Amino acid sequence: MTNATSPDTYKRLLEVKGLQTYFKTDAGIVKAVDGISFTLNKGETLGIVGESGSGKSVTNLSIMRLIPSPPGKIVGGEVLFEGKDILKLSEGELRHLRGNDISMIFQDPMTSLNPFLRISTQMIETIRLHQSMSRREALAKSIEMLKLVGIPAAEERIHSYPHQFSGGMRQRVMIGMALSCEAKILIADEPTTALDVTIQAQILELIQELSKKLDTAVILITHDLGVVAGMCDTVCVMYAGKIVEKAKTDDLYANPSHPYTYGLIQSVPRLDKAHDGKLFSIEGQPPNVIDLPPCCPFHPRCHKAMDICRTQYPPTKDLGNGHEVSCWLFIDEKEHSHE
Amino acid sequence: MSKTTEKRPLLEVKDLKQHFPIESGFIMKRQIGAVRAVDGISFTVNEGETLGIVGESGCGKSTTVRSIAQLYKPTSGSVIFDGIDLVNAPREQMLDARKNIQMIFQDPYASLDPRMTVRTIIAEPLEIYRTRGMLDASVTRDVIEKRVEELMERVGLNRAFKNRYPHEFSGGQRQRIGIARALALNPKIILADEPVSALDVSIQSQILNLLHDLQKELGLTYVFIAHDLAVIEYISTRVAVMYLGKIMELSRSSDLYKNPLHPYTKALLSAAPIPDPVIERKRQRIILTGDVPSPNKERFGCYFYDRCPYKMEKCKTNIPPMKRMDEHHEVACWLYE
Repeated sequence: MTNATSPDTYKRLLEVKGLQTYFKTDAGIVKAVDGISFTLNKGETLGIVGESGSGKSVTNLSIMRLIPSPPGKIVGGEVLFEGKDILKLSEGELRHLRGNDISMIFQDPMTSLNPFLRISTQMIETIRLHQSMSRREALAKSIEMLKLVGIPAAEERIHSYPHQFSGGMRQRVMIGMALSCEAKILIADEPTTALDVTIQAQILELIQELSKKLDTAVILITHDLGVVAGMCDTVCVMYAGKIVEKAKTDDLYANPSHPYTYGLIQSVPRLDKAHDGKLFSIEGQPPNVIDLPPCCPFHPRCHKAMDICRTQYPPTKDLGNGHEVSCWLFIDEKEHSHE
Repeated sequence: MSKTTEKRPLLEVKDLKQHFPIESGFIMKRQIGAVRAVDGISFTVNEGETLGIVGESGCGKSTTVRSIAQLYKPTSGSVIFDGIDLVNAPREQMLDARKNIQMIFQDPYASLDPRMTVRTIIAEPLEIYRTRGMLDASVTRDVIEKRVEELMERVGLNRAFKNRYPHEFSGGQRQRIGIARALALNPKIILADEPVSALDVSIQSQILNLLHDLQKELGLTYVFIAHDLAVIEYISTRVAVMYLGKIMELSRSSDLYKNPLHPYTKALLSAAPIPDPVIERKRQRIILTGDVPSPNKERFGCYFYDRCPYKMEKCKTNIPPMKRMDEHHEVACWLYE
């Protein structure tokens, strides 16, 4: 899981810099993603955690340039894939990139496959779109992928329709499809949320194993802190369109610095710990991201809020070892006057 | 959670079966089989405790509570609530007893009528029982109005919002509305069908705390369904693990987590992720192969046979009975014979 490679082989595969995606609605401008930056290294698994509406999915749709426009628009920032800015590519170049270089698994395995087409048709289409192969070769490749993701009797099952598979099996098909073009980055958007725990364990194991085998970098979007703990090397915690904390997984859990991260980790009931009395809970609701004032969006729910939190968004502070946090608690007076 | 000394069984479920017919034919319908959603389960729930039911989708957890609430007519078996057999009782008597059984549903978006105001939603159980003439004569419109306000405050909603519609609330607030509605008739037992699984993590803990407080204050009994083991462990006094319509293991929640006996319980526990990377990395997972089989066919062996890592010859042809291991721990597995 932890990639103990030396720094020079650790190549930056994807760099997101100051990405901003806004949606125009009747009620105002929704700043779904507002200036986030992160890097994804080769073979790394990056987790993006946050609650619904925090902008995790929009981040990844923006990376793939799949934001419906209008109403959505990527208004700023850069997404560098191996040094090329994805946001400046033409439609044709994008088509080449999607699937070939970056591919995606969606949350709901029930709705992301076409119910009218056989699995074989869908997989062959995907493969032939991206690689020059004959139908027969593509079919062979599809069967090989299904075997890889652990579908029994793949030769026969490939001609089934999606409804003939169970949820877990469909998610396997999706993963097989996503990996069939040997993408360098796999974006998994809540890949196990719709599945049961025992099937979730199977699917996560599979993603982990395949990413190691094919040296694929993974961006895993989830709301489940347990899943992140087991899967990811690095974690970004998002709140109201911003990354509030970013750290190596072990650091984040051992030493959660942002009050939101701390609250999240504390508020999950844990199997391995004795409990008495009440759970820690973050009071209040996540904010509406329409026309947010320039303050820390978490301040109404924060148990450590100070005056400055209500008027200014905190700068990002590096706590060392790649642990970054955006919170006024970590900014001392001197630095602040510098800003 | 409940430290009451007296332990009176409030609800007793005996050999409950709930089969749904599968029909074929266009005009001449005939039954060609049955979905055995719940296939013979028995348990008791004591006053003031929380019984957690945990299992994967399709294992019959929701059907169980719906059968208890008499939303379905059980195929066989009995549900005895407070001394009354709900399945066979005359309708009047059943309705009267059911006043004390209320439900909280999973989806806070689907379980509230979008065209009703919060006031009407919360008052509806009261109104229904008033029209049936099953409430005290003293319960007038004004009393109901006051009760609604009181309930809203109790679950943490501002009473000023009572004329608003569900769409004006967030998921967590909607679930609070659902809880207020369930409390309206002062029930003895609340059947909570995955009340927190559709909510965000930070909201989930708020609702769990609320349910916990309500239980303490009002002396409620819960039957709490969830697929999240950590949630079940947190809220329950005792836990029933279900698989394919059968109870596999029934035990006090602390024992179940410390000392799971059934291979399925072990697998479930090991599959549940723990939010700690250090522990996660060291854990040995028992990964079950395959999916939950279809509940359509009648089984003559252990229901978990197909996926069990310890299956024996005996398991194929004999259904293991519930075996009592100690005072609070029962398991249905031939390994413990």
